[in-house]
Formats: sequence, C-alpha cells, structure tokens
Amino acid sequence: MATSWQEILDLGERSPAPVAAESEGEGESRGVFRRLRESLSKSRQALVEEISASLFDRIDEETWERLEEALILADVGAPTTAEIVEWLEREVESGAVPADGEAVRERLIEIIAEVASAGRAPIDLSGEPAVLLMVGVNGTGKTTTIGKVAWHLSKEFGLTVVLAAADTYRAAAAEQLAEWAERSGAELVRTEEGGDPGAVAFDAIAAARARGADVVIVDTAGRLHTQGNLMDELAKVRRVIGKQMPDAPHETLISIDATTGQNGLRQAKVFSEAAEVDGVVLTKLDGTAKGGIVLAIANELGIPVKLIGTGESLEDLRPFDPQDFARALLAE
Amino acid sequence: MFEQLSDRLQATLSDVRSRGKLSEGDVDAAMREIRLALLEADVNFKVVKSFTATLKERCLGSDVLESLDPGQQVVKIVDEELTGLMGGTGRELAFASSGPTVILMAGLQGSGKTTACAKLARQLRESGKDVALAACDVYRPAAVDQLVTVGKRAGAHVYEQGTEADPVEIAAWALDRAREEGRDVLIVDTAGRLHVDAELMDELAKIRKRTKPHDVLLVVDAMTGQDAVGVAESFAEAAEFDGVVMTKLDGDARGGAALSVKAVTGKPILFASTGEKLEAFERFHPDRMSSRILGMGDVLSLIEKAEQQVDERQAEDLQKKLESDRFTLEDFLQQMRQVRKMGPLSGLIGMLPGMGAMKGLKGAEVDEGELDRVEAIILSMTPMERANPSIVKGSRRKRIANGSGTKVQQVSQLLKQFDQMRKVMRQMVSGKMPDPQQLAQQLGSGGSPRPKMRRR
Repeated sequence: MATSWQEILDLGERSPAPVAAESEGEGESRGVFRRLRESLSKSRQALVEEISASLFDRIDEETWERLEEALILADVGAPTTAEIVEWLEREVESGAVPADGEAVRERLIEIIAEVASAGRAPIDLSGEPAVLLMVGVNGTGKTTTIGKVAWHLSKEFGLTVVLAAADTYRAAAAEQLAEWAERSGAELVRTEEGGDPGAVAFDAIAAARARGADVVIVDTAGRLHTQGNLMDELAKVRRVIGKQMPDAPHETLISIDATTGQNGLRQAKVFSEAAEVDGVVLTKLDGTAKGGIVLAIANELGIPVKLIGTGESLEDLRPFDPQDFARALLAE
Repeated sequence: MFEQLSDRLQATLSDVRSRGKLSEGDVDAAMREIRLALLEADVNFKVVKSFTATLKERCLGSDVLESLDPGQQVVKIVDEELTGLMGGTGRELAFASSGPTVILMAGLQGSGKTTACAKLARQLRESGKDVALAACDVYRPAAVDQLVTVGKRAGAHVYEQGTEADPVEIAAWALDRAREEGRDVLIVDTAGRLHVDAELMDELAKIRKRTKPHDVLLVVDAMTGQDAVGVAESFAEAAEFDGVVMTKLDGDARGGAALSVKAVTGKPILFASTGEKLEAFERFHPDRMSSRILGMGDVLSLIEKAEQQVDERQAEDLQKKLESDRFTLEDFLQQMRQVRKMGPLSGLIGMLPGMGAMKGLKGAEVDEGELDRVEAIILSMTPMERANPSIVKGSRRKRIANGSGTKVQQVSQLLKQFDQMRKVMRQMVSGKMPDPQQLAQQLGSGGSPRPKMRRR
C-alpha cells in the first residue's frame, strides 16, 4: 500500500478538508480524482516494476556482484551499496534468510526500504501559517515542485496557499511561479528581478498572517552548493523568515534531480548546513534514472525523501513510499 | 582525491619494490582502487568495467614493472588513458559557408540549455558574429521570457512567437527570419525533454529536419550519474547530436558523465559552462577533465590563468624573497593584486589539487570585500611599515585604522595573519607542502588572502 498524502502531511490542528475524502471516487470531485488515480496508476506502473527476476536466479558469489552492479547503476554509490550487499549476504550466509531467490529478493526489498526510511517524518504543516522553504541546485525542479505542492494543498486539502517568489535571480523565475500560482489558485508575493529574497519571504508570511492563509511556500533561487556567498544568502533568508515568525520555516525541502549522481550527497550535506534541510523531494523520476543517491543521503545523512516527482502534470507529485522505491530501484 | 587515489595506490603497491615486480594480484588490487575512484566520480559502471580491463593490460606491461614508483606510474597511465578516451584534441563548431549557421541545443530539463544558449551567443558575439536565438521551449512556464532576458544580455536577437505556436514551426520561421535579416548564427533553444518521452523526442527530430543544423549540441549536467549513458544514447538516436556542452562544472561534481557520454556515443565535448555569469563558458579540455575526474585539481587551467596574469620576473623575485625570508607587506599587496586579476578567489581555490575537499569548509571561503579592506589597510601604511611589519605597534595601528576606515583589531588581525602566512610560505618554499586542512587553520577564517595559490 503506497504512502498517502494524509500520511505524509502533518496538518496539526487543521481538520482535513472534505475534498480529501478517500472514498473510492464517489462524490462530486469524481472527475478530478479519477484523473488523479489514473495518473498515479500510470506512474505506479512504472515504479512498481519488480526487481529484475534474473538477479537471483542462483545464489552464489556472482549474485552479490550482480547486485552490487545493479545498485551502482542506480546511483546508490559505493559505500551504501557495499553496506546493503554485505548486510544481505551476511543474512543469507548465516541462514537467517533462506538461500532461495524469492526469499532473498523480498529481504533485499525490506533492507532497501529500511535504509530509505532513515529519519522518516511527515512534512510539518502544523504552523499557522505553516512556512515551507524550498531549496536546491539550479534546474532540479524547485519551482515546478512548489507549483504541484500548492495545487495539492489547495485542491485536495482546501488549504489557502501563499507563494513567495524569492528567486529574484534567474530571469523570469517569478513569471514561472506566477503561472503555477494561477493554476493552483494560490496568491503570489513577488518583487522585482534582483530584489531582496529575504524581504519577499518576510512579506509573504506577513501577507499570509493578515489573510489567515494556511501555508506559505518560499521558492528560492537555484544555487550550486559550492557558491559560498549564495549559501550565506540562503542562511540569511532563513534567518529573516525566523524573524517574522519565530519557529519558521517549519519545513525545509531540498529538490534533488533523479539523474544526479554522487554529487547529490554533497548537495544534501551542504544545503543542510546552511538551511537545516528536513527532507528531500526526488524529482524527474519519470525518466530511466532511479534516483538511488537518495538512499545514500538517507543512509549517510539521515535526511529522508518525502515526495517524488514523476512527470510534468500537476498530479505527478506523490508521497514517497520506501517499499515502492525499493522495488523500483532494481527494476530492469 | 588525487592525493587519496595516489596514496591508496601507493599503499596498495607499497611492497612491490621489495619484490621487484608487479604481480597480477597487485594490478588487480590497483584496479579495484581505480574502479572505486571512477565510480565515485559517476563514470558509468559499464564504462568503468571496460576501461579498467584496458588499463589492466597496459599496467601488466613492462613499463610499470621497471618503474621506481608503481603507484605514481599507475596514476599516470590512468590519466593518459582517460584523456585519450575523452577525445584528444576536440573539435571546433562547424560554420556555414553562406547563410546563417544553425546550432540546435537539446537536453534534459534543468540541464542548463537556456543559459548555455545565451553563453554561446555571447561568445560568438565576441568573435564578431551577428547572433539570433530562437525560442522553441513553449512548455516550461516563462521559458520564453527567460531566453528573451538572457538573450538581450548576451547581445543577441531573440526570435519568439510566445507559447501558443508549434516549436517546429517557430524554428522554421526563425530560420527564415535569420536568413532575411542576414544573421551569421541562429541558435535554437528547445524545451528540456526526457529521453523516454517519445512524442517530444519526435518533435526534436522534426526540428532537426526542418532547420538542418550545422551543429547539434547536447547539454549535459556535470552532476549526472549513471543514467548519462542512457540519456546520451537516446539523444544520439533522435537528434544525432555532434557535440556536448557540459554545464555546472563550477560545482564540485567530478563529472564522470563526460567520460560516459564520450565513451558510448563517441561525440566530443566542445564546451564547458563554469559559472553564473554569461562569460563563464569555455572550450572543453579533455586533459583537465581527466584530472578532475581523478580529483587531481585543475592544475593546468590554473597555470594558464596564472601565466596570463603573472609577470615571470616578478614571480622569480618573489620566489627569491620567499627563500630569503624578505617577503614584505608591499610584496604581499602586489601578490594579492596579481592573484585577484585572475578572477574570484573561490574559483581559483577549487583548481588547486587537494583543495577541492576544502571548499566546503567555512574557513576556505573568500570574501572579496575582506580583500578590499586588506588592501586599504596596507595602503594606509608607510613604505617603512610595509617593509617592517614588526614596527607597527599601538599608535601606528591606530593611525592606519583611521586612515583605512577600519578598526584597530582588523589591522592587528591582518598583521597576525601576515605573520602566520609567512611561516606557511617558508614551509612551502622549503618543499614541505602543508596539509590543506592544517593550512586552512593556520591561515584562519574569513578571507585571509592566498597569494601562495599560484605556486605548487
């Protein structure tokens, strides 16, 4: 059973809105939900392909080499790959897991899911308003993710959302966010190109408070984690947010592109140092890349994946499910 | 990392000299280290496999057996093989003999196509070409606006029809216009697309057919992992690209994708995009990329930059001064100015071997404003004070602080850092390269200048 939006969101005192009723497609919002389900089943189909059957045809020395190869090809990285393979091998050798293809495969899925579950927690939207800060490297899909999150929160949970266009650097970034705001019915707070990103975030929270909005989502400029001055700026945006609202931001998410290799680990680490990242949004999983680097991120840094992006349309953002991920990671 | 790989290889092969020759076991052990280093750099697993197989054969040859330092020797072979594999001398853009030269840019979402278009446009403008850009990304919200803005900055004409028109038609229309208006180059920006998206890949193939580009360039993010192979193969099929632009090379990704793409498609990497600014776009150097993948630091780029900027004789003078311990604040000021001419210091630090890992350290960050302050402080000193920093005590410090608009503490701090730096430099001159981490500590945090960087 896949993780649901209800499970991945902590809405605090707010009662779940009626539109979020999970009854099997009954009621007026049927059209929307049917589309949603279809989209989910499409991406689920892609994701829930099983670990390649041939991997465990025989259980011998070569099995572990093949498994290692498969994990490396999924971008899991050498250290975490070695840990997983050793773990499984040890259990098989000790007899804890029978040396039978099916049993070993199931155990592997459990192990990967367990590694992927490190630090797992819902997205904290309990604040009033809840402030969500989105960070990440250029081109990883921050703005698109924000658009989709806003859409889900407003269309499915009936929450009012304010978007803060704090990417004042990239040409036309605010226009891009404005378009998402319109699609999701969110309000947009922006400034001119080259304006102060902290001020935008500050004003957006003030606006949300004044109007009693539920959630503020702050978009930030993409930046390479090696650009010290830009990372300092990010830390400053965070501080400015804290000045407007003491315990905010309540949730900070980093977007990681599924095609990213071992550098993803550095990204998560350095962004975390500057902005206390709570979770990962793994984007662009609809390609052939498996996004295995998030396994290393969870394993080595304890930062869990919370959402995954599986396509271009609004519905193509889903809660992360460790089991599904584990199965898809080694699918052919 | 080079130090690491090199050290690890030397450790692995340490007892070889006592035994006098490399056994197959030694080579296998070395290959394991190399394999790990390459995987760490995101070179595709299959590419690594065939690469280490070739390497093993060469290493089992006699040149290694006779070498004095097997670890170093193996690293050298790896470097040579990598450079060779990555494309030797590279290739120039193909220009049309008459009419506009058409360059088609393609790639995944977020790989940096639009920015690369503007950077390429700017570079071609610099060489005197009249450049136009065609805005064919009608899917991503505001992508057209972005191209219009950055295109203007690059001094190029931007042909756009908003987001309602068909990309294939926009491209064809833009080409007609470029012809009519007599442009030298038309760069076609396309939407980012997944290589498994059949419809969009088909659209790309159509744009290609209609515009008959002289060059099709695939834009690849340097941070791409194992999937670079699949992506490159798919784009090779749909767009028959001629060359590659590697982007985001200013980050700390080791960029193994470059090797993977070259290995599976045989297409050369033409350009490297290395920063936020439009000027941060240069020709790709396979040898430097090899060093980077192996983590050796971009020594060659650094040397080249230094050569452009640093007067040879001054450098010799400096060397002598360092050796004789007569290095003064005046020399320091000049050194600092030389180094700053090379560009932002944080960029230079990354080029130094062994410094890559340090970039994440807070202490290694360089604040350019701090450097301005340092200049102001030194400029407020008398020539005698610059030559003999030790005479700068209480009242002199106060005067200097007043003169430079700084605080006495800042003057004192500079003097202290200068003193520590002289110690470090003495160590370096005496041939003992300090450990980078220790170096960072010695030099303190918050923008202590690093004139030593041009030395290695």
